[in-house]
Amino acid sequence: MAVTEKQLQEILDQYPAKVQKNRKKHILIKDGEQGAQIIEANTRTVPGIITNRGCAYAGCKGVVLGPLKDMVHITHGPIGCAYYTWGTRRNKAKNDDPSQYFLNYSFSTDMQESDIVFGGEKKLAKVIDDVVEIFHPKAITVSATCPVGLIGDDVGAVAKAAEGRHGIPVLSFSCEGYKGVSQSAGHHIANNILMDKVIGASDLEEAPGKYAINILGEYNIGGDSWEIERVLKEIGYTIVSVMTGDGTYKDLRNAHTAELNLVQCHRSINYIAEMLETKYGTPWLKVNFIGVQGTTDSLRNMALYFGDEALIQKTEEVIAREVARVEPLLDQYKKICDGKTAFCFVGGSRGHHYQGLFSELGIETVLAGYEFAHRDDYEGREVIPTIKTDADSKNIPELHVTTDERRFRLKVSPAKMEELKKKIPLSYYAGMNAEMKDGSIIVDDLNHFETEEFIKILKPDIFASGIKDKYVIQKMGIPAKQLHSYDYSGPYAGFNGAVNFARDVSMGFASPTWNFIVPPWQDEPLLSGTVNEEGVA
Amino acid sequence: MLDCTPKEMKQRHGAVINPAKTCQPIGAMYAALGIHSCLPHSHGSQGCCSFHRMHLSRHFREPAMASTSSFTEGASVFGGGANLKTAIKNVFSIYNPAVMAIHTTCLTETIGDDIPSIIKSAEVPEGKLVIHANTPSYQGSHITGFSNMTKGMVAYIAETASPVKKEQANIIPGFVNPGDMREIKRIVKAMGIKFIMFPDTSGVMDAPMTGKFTMYPQGGATVAQIKDSGNSKITLALGRFASSDAADALTKKCQVPAAVLKTPIGIKATDALLLSLRRTFAQEVPAELEEERGQLVDIMTDTHFHFHGKTVAIFGDPDVVTGLTEFVLSLGMVPLHILTGTPGGAMGSAVGSFEDDINELLTQAGISANVKAGGDLFTLHQWIKNQPVDLIIGNTYGKYIARAEDIPLVRVGFPVLDRSVHSYLPVVGYRGAMRLIESISGALLERADRDAADEDFELVM
Repeated sequence: MAVTEKQLQEILDQYPAKVQKNRKKHILIKDGEQGAQIIEANTRTVPGIITNRGCAYAGCKGVVLGPLKDMVHITHGPIGCAYYTWGTRRNKAKNDDPSQYFLNYSFSTDMQESDIVFGGEKKLAKVIDDVVEIFHPKAITVSATCPVGLIGDDVGAVAKAAEGRHGIPVLSFSCEGYKGVSQSAGHHIANNILMDKVIGASDLEEAPGKYAINILGEYNIGGDSWEIERVLKEIGYTIVSVMTGDGTYKDLRNAHTAELNLVQCHRSINYIAEMLETKYGTPWLKVNFIGVQGTTDSLRNMALYFGDEALIQKTEEVIAREVARVEPLLDQYKKICDGKTAFCFVGGSRGHHYQGLFSELGIETVLAGYEFAHRDDYEGREVIPTIKTDADSKNIPELHVTTDERRFRLKVSPAKMEELKKKIPLSYYAGMNAEMKDGSIIVDDLNHFETEEFIKILKPDIFASGIKDKYVIQKMGIPAKQLHSYDYSGPYAGFNGAVNFARDVSMGFASPTWNFIVPPWQDEPLLSGTVNEEGVA
Repeated sequence: MLDCTPKEMKQRHGAVINPAKTCQPIGAMYAALGIHSCLPHSHGSQGCCSFHRMHLSRHFREPAMASTSSFTEGASVFGGGANLKTAIKNVFSIYNPAVMAIHTTCLTETIGDDIPSIIKSAEVPEGKLVIHANTPSYQGSHITGFSNMTKGMVAYIAETASPVKKEQANIIPGFVNPGDMREIKRIVKAMGIKFIMFPDTSGVMDAPMTGKFTMYPQGGATVAQIKDSGNSKITLALGRFASSDAADALTKKCQVPAAVLKTPIGIKATDALLLSLRRTFAQEVPAELEEERGQLVDIMTDTHFHFHGKTVAIFGDPDVVTGLTEFVLSLGMVPLHILTGTPGGAMGSAVGSFEDDINELLTQAGISANVKAGGDLFTLHQWIKNQPVDLIIGNTYGKYIARAEDIPLVRVGFPVLDRSVHSYLPVVGYRGAMRLIESISGALLERADRDAADEDFELVM
């Protein structure tokens, strides 16, 4: 079932005129015959619309920095921002150095009214001193929140002075919540500083092993990265760093030594991927480790890039074994899932990635979208030159890196690169729209009103999104699957992840709970009895 | 777990580590959800609103609806008037609430947006209401935010119709779960007294599954009820930190006298609530409630050996922690560490000192303990390292310390993110006290079972 242009217009007609004009550009019905369809994305949120979006601080500290486990992440602001990013995203990490493992902590300057009035710089300096004295971290980050920019605290200067006092890196991030229009600004801000101050900061010149790779834009939610690494290590790859799930400051400094960068979440990390290519000559490959097919394709593309016969053979061996192992497990769940439909509305990458896995289970995605992705995540990177930065995002700094004369090395000859690019997504991402079926709905920054309206028309069997939606959807009697937190399950990536996902989704369909929604007396008249037919002998 | 927390305590000069509070707006959002057909609105950048909705949804496992002004950098510099006016227009035309309850964030408070004048120049449809409260995140805590929004309800809605007061009580339940609000209502009803409870999130944040999503569920105090609160004989403010400011405002605005009582957790605080109602309305406590009380005392007597003399650390929000402390003392337990993240009193309010309250309870019991307002869980953990306890009572964040130190945790308060059902069932009243005893004694006995040698493993306990 699909939404017609007429139905879409009926939804839009319910909006005030200005809102209608705005939202119209953020929704499209996929139509392959039209060729490249343009969607508006990464523009300001309509006030009062009930968006699912968060802020730049969440994108910077919550998403990119927070998972780095051997750094102390200080939030400079009132208490809420630090509090809400404490343990809520499930970026798992192993406690392999108990003296430098800070993931269970939340650090804040807890700004008070006096700090707003007289400035918070002194307090921030003291908090950094407190942290160094108590925890002796090897590096610190400081993330700014809304009021910090307004009162004019010079977080950069405080951080620099603290570096001088303590002899450790103190990185500052101007990720005030009002910057940009969503979490996306925060990704960019975090990328810039990590590239500028951390990546390449070690003296290491050679990767510590063969087929050296970095995994970019993988935050190890529910152990995703570990499942991916399990397979990669078995095939023979050396993983230099992961950005940033179970990641460390220590490893990130060596990221320049890799031969290839894998990009899982394009939105959050493509800046670093590009800059690594410019500065060190390391190409990046768009991968998708969600779903058996996605994982298999990604592994084959990697093997093709390195082009080593032994590696290719080992890759095929591992794929064959893993697929043979998980297929029977998946089959039992396919029986439950087959023929169903899904909505898939997640942050900036999963809205695309999970469609493949749904499809493997026989579930068709009829609506998909992102909270904060840009047009390239929808339409493919070829549209980047046509994207105009609007007034709301123009203040997000662009970091321009240049070739590192000493370390730049072409990993693959230009001729080989061109040849590879024809076969695999090297330094390229085709976006979500390309893979969606005709008639399906693509919505950017989906809000509560549209959620209800599209559900009425499409009646999906499952809605994959986040915690704010989850209970709304379930109240309607529709299973809701959180694709940010995985509903506290996981991993969902890789071969084992596909099985876990299939199990969890099937559980959502098969739970007896849905049968109890209507009380039995609602289907039964209050008075019942038999009619005596008189006069019948 | 928490391996970097040293036993040795050093004075810190500003760092808050593992907070025992969060910021004002979530409390205001929760309070606003306690008005029927109300959409809370966060005037700030949208990150706050998402965080607060997410957190409420995680605690209640319910939708927590709210809209936001979605500030951009431009609005942050030039003021958010346009954003708020657009939001008001959009909210009423798309989501059609009866009331829009606006709260602020550190962003809008720092730039000094004048909310009342923005509301005045906004398009508010006939018959609809927009109220507001200033909730700067850099003052107090989420409890302060709850208090400020509740005060805002009084300021905007409560009215006096006649100088003669009605035989009815206002109940401000404080920052407690819908299950608690239901129980308080049941008790007052059982007393045969008419009342108005606001805010009231029962029926909103514990709404039933019907197969339909209702944006504005059945529950919540209606505007008419809140309006009528100006005509009541008395306001019972349950929990000083969350409720007394609104009660004071009602005294000033509508001459309704206020009685500030403890959150009715445990036998003494519940007795005090009933006594207050009995005196004010000359209504005898019914047999039904006396029976419950007797059952509770019976349980306390039967099981006193499960918990008497056991040491306990308690943390959380000040009103709830005060009630819990009084109750564990009445069980013969020994609280050694008592902490809240909320600072002493909300700024500019008449609310007194948490530490004084607790110390008074402890002095009466002849116990000395570590007591701190405006503290954090890093401090609590260090206290426990230096002076271990048998039990921790607090919210979900206590699980890190509980694991690190191998101490059982009883989850009470806000937020509880890792267990379910808690928000439906009360901890207040005599029945809530029974439930607390079941939890406390259960946690201690589970631990005794786990640790017992085979030959000491008891069938009957």
